Amino acid sequence: MFELLGITPQALTSQVLIGLINGSFYALLSLGLAVIFGLLNVINFTHGAQYMLGAMFTWIGLTQLGGWLDMPEFQLNYFVALLVAPLLVGLLSIVLEKTMLKRLYHLDHLYGLLLTFGLALILEGLFRHWFGVLGNSYPVPEVLEGGLRVSGLFLPYYRLWVVALALIVCFATWYFIERTKLGSLLRAGTENPRLLQALGVNVPLIITLTYGAGCALAAFAGVMAAPVYQVTAVMGSNLIIVVFAVVVIGGMGSIAGAIVTGLGLGVVEGLTKVFYPQASSVSIFVIMILVLLVKPAGLFGRTR
Amino acid sequence: MKLSRLNQISLAVLLLLALVPMQSFVYDLFMMKVFCFAIFAASLNLLLGFTGLLSFGHAAFFGTGAYVCAHAMKEWGVTPEIGVLLGFFASIALGYVFGALAIRRQGIYFAMITLALAQVVYFIATQVPFTKGEDGIQGVPRGVFLGIFDLSPSTSMYYFALAVFALAFFFIQRIVHSPFGQVLKSIRENEPRAISLGYNVDRYKLIAFTLSAGLAGLGGALKSLVLQLASLGDVFWHTSGEAVLMTILGGIGTFWGPIAGAAVIVNLQNYLANLGGWSTIATGFIFVVCVLAFRRGIVGEIAHRFKVTL
Amino acid sequence: MKKSLIAQLVAASLVAASAFTGVAQAQAISDNEVRIGVLTDLSGIYSGIEGPGAVLAAQMAVKDFGGKVLGKNIVITSADTQSKADLSASKAREMFEKDKVDMIVGNVSSASALAALEVSEQFKKPAIVTGAASVTITNEKCTPYSVHYVYDTYALARGTGQAVIDMGKKNWFFLTADYAFGHTLERDTTAVINGGGGKVVGGVKHPINTNDFSSFLAQAQASKSDVIALANAGGDTIASVKQAAELGLIGGKQMVVPLLIFTSDIQALGLKTAQGMLFTDGWYWDYNDANRKFAQRFMKEFKGVAPTSVQAGVYSATMQYLKAVESAKSDDGDAVMKRLKSVEINDGLFKGKIRADGKFEHDMYVLQVKTPTESKDKNDLAKVVKVFAAKDATVPLKDSKCKLVAGK
Repeated sequence: MFELLGITPQALTSQVLIGLINGSFYALLSLGLAVIFGLLNVINFTHGAQYMLGAMFTWIGLTQLGGWLDMPEFQLNYFVALLVAPLLVGLLSIVLEKTMLKRLYHLDHLYGLLLTFGLALILEGLFRHWFGVLGNSYPVPEVLEGGLRVSGLFLPYYRLWVVALALIVCFATWYFIERTKLGSLLRAGTENPRLLQALGVNVPLIITLTYGAGCALAAFAGVMAAPVYQVTAVMGSNLIIVVFAVVVIGGMGSIAGAIVTGLGLGVVEGLTKVFYPQASSVSIFVIMILVLLVKPAGLFGRTR
Repeated sequence: MKLSRLNQISLAVLLLLALVPMQSFVYDLFMMKVFCFAIFAASLNLLLGFTGLLSFGHAAFFGTGAYVCAHAMKEWGVTPEIGVLLGFFASIALGYVFGALAIRRQGIYFAMITLALAQVVYFIATQVPFTKGEDGIQGVPRGVFLGIFDLSPSTSMYYFALAVFALAFFFIQRIVHSPFGQVLKSIRENEPRAISLGYNVDRYKLIAFTLSAGLAGLGGALKSLVLQLASLGDVFWHTSGEAVLMTILGGIGTFWGPIAGAAVIVNLQNYLANLGGWSTIATGFIFVVCVLAFRRGIVGEIAHRFKVTL
Repeated sequence: MKKSLIAQLVAASLVAASAFTGVAQAQAISDNEVRIGVLTDLSGIYSGIEGPGAVLAAQMAVKDFGGKVLGKNIVITSADTQSKADLSASKAREMFEKDKVDMIVGNVSSASALAALEVSEQFKKPAIVTGAASVTITNEKCTPYSVHYVYDTYALARGTGQAVIDMGKKNWFFLTADYAFGHTLERDTTAVINGGGGKVVGGVKHPINTNDFSSFLAQAQASKSDVIALANAGGDTIASVKQAAELGLIGGKQMVVPLLIFTSDIQALGLKTAQGMLFTDGWYWDYNDANRKFAQRFMKEFKGVAPTSVQAGVYSATMQYLKAVESAKSDDGDAVMKRLKSVEINDGLFKGKIRADGKFEHDMYVLQVKTPTESKDKNDLAKVVKVFAAKDATVPLKDSKCKLVAGK
């Protein structure tokens, strides 16, 4: 078997596969951010913290809730958490939007960014204070344990489940926004809110719900992440700039851009881990610089 | 010579600051740290408050200034003023390169490119041997100023730092009140108009960015002398974020805002550090309150209240 | 009007200043108090290893000592470095210069430790490093005032490396964190491997704070080595172990060996994930009665969590420092250091001697993480499988690169 730069084709395929798996996760995580920026023009820096909340609520539901409610046997399992955690985070985010974010819409983007950054710090600090920094382990749900052996590589079922679910949710979100009537209503609301309001549509409500939905998507990614990554208060801040990079490279208005870039980036990162592993963390930023030099609004972006 | 109100206040503040080593309520090392970060915040203020550009990657310049000065002091044995100048010019050079790449982009894209470039600098800092990686450059000698004044004792170092801070401050004042500064202001307020008036807006922005980078490097170089250490934390993106916070808290577009912001944040980190996660929570809380209610920042609010320029 | 105001201000400040500056009194105990500063990561990434538990440990030591030494009060202060070298340097300086602290103990990241040691040398006061790992603390970067107490990368490499080689696992693959600590750990362990007839068949360096290790672990898997060694720490170790478990590597044909892991990390991982792994540490709470007694007292004040080796180290170091002050009849840095390096230490928790280069030479332990069924309560995490003697666990004095002993 020939070797490409010291790597067998077999090993290369496994790395690309792993890259796609990670990429689908990036795509899911950046989806919410792309939705919020694309439709609301808000740069939601709280995204990482909302992702963390999703994971934290999942862990709490499984291990702590019983203790708090004095019902030791009570547990919210993973699949329930997949629905409940995003809902909770979505509601919490709606409260944040209605009380604080709303007041900044008429100002420069900068203020929304700073506000959400401050909120992220508060959330992260609180959870760090309550639950410490080392975090906790969340088990893979039993029905998804184990994996399959594909040419020397062990692919956990759970990771395959993540890919499948991520791609479904990504496609569904894209379809909803780009192809349905409700989606076009949302898009119209961003482009010309006054006109839409004049036509009788409750634009503020739509904006609030959209923000809530975008944040719920972040939390959804968090629930999916809990069995794989350690559930800690800082798990979001480690990922947030990567997620931002994905959205910016994809083009900040574009849902499809975020999805494609997320996947692509996963693969690029995976390949970097093979050929120049020390640079795997910075590879995404190098790509961002290169892309923005050639296409100032990102790959699929529309210049506003 | 009749001084403007601003200059009168500035002189009074500088005089007060000169008295710090003579008392023991305010610790002079703490004040020196504030000077370094105030210069850093002021550099961002120049860019954001007076030119309207937000950079998320300024830690790259702060860190470059720190590393270059530290290396020069430790390995080449130069005097502190040379060390600080080397840090300043190294950051100017880097700032020019970054600026050239980033300037043509707008708004959030500009900010993100600066962040990405800073991340690349961070990566390079972890790999290149002269930065000594995680350990950083430790035991940086403070040197002998002009070959005469030994800066090792705290008091001497304090006055050196105060002088550098005052110089940086007046330098920024000169820039803002010059014709060049007026053009920057017009770019911030109405860029299309400035273009239509025939100004090469990109070139002005690039010069402003480069100067801002140099100043950030100055702050970093000073810091490497004060704390006698240059480390990876200096180039990490959190440091960029902290500087933005100081600038906002102090008041964008004011002169004394950066030092007020720096003083509050450094103080906060000092006192709350022992209380675990409260430092982060308090910082976040300040951000939120500032953005929602005190958009003018501390100094900005005071200036607005008393109708003076600060 | 303004001028006289300024003149008044200046006058007032001078008066106030003179009231504050006391006349320095030459005394055996400076400032009439012995002040100990616990400089550690109280809230950052390494706060579980040392952190607030270390402050408690120091307080326990002071209480056990009697609260006073040579008739003077003992005061403990603490400061948070968040494992940042900058904060460590400024807090160390503040402690020595402003608070007139007489000794600093703690420091959990090597960069912060080195920063604090620089300052302690300037002020000629002892600094006892308990949490940091780097051997350079007692080699290239040693100072007359530094002591390295609990463990270092050499001991980890020797302990775990030798134990695993002795099990017949000859081929190794390294997953190394790409910074000085990771490189040193890999280098020291490689020396042990080669010396034991083993071979390093491959390795990969990952950036610190990596989120996803599946790609690196897949490379490790493909190498078909006997051992996958993790030359990293903290969050990286936890993440790599967790994902190794996810990929079915724990308990499989390849042995996953974390070269640096603490009981606090094992708690965070859970026994289901970490079971069976071998690791080296400088102290374990369940090893003998004296350790257990100390641990029980500690747990009462610390939410039922047993102390880590580093926290026990802080207790012991504080105790030894106070004993040294007592026998030197002074808290002068040089006198105390001389005492510390001359006595045999045997306080029930640690047994050994502090050498001329500042290294505390004592036995180290190779432990194995228990399975969930073996464990009886949340602190019952591991059992000692091998004790290896102090002289095997420490860089031989003749090889030490410390400027205090080089050439002897």
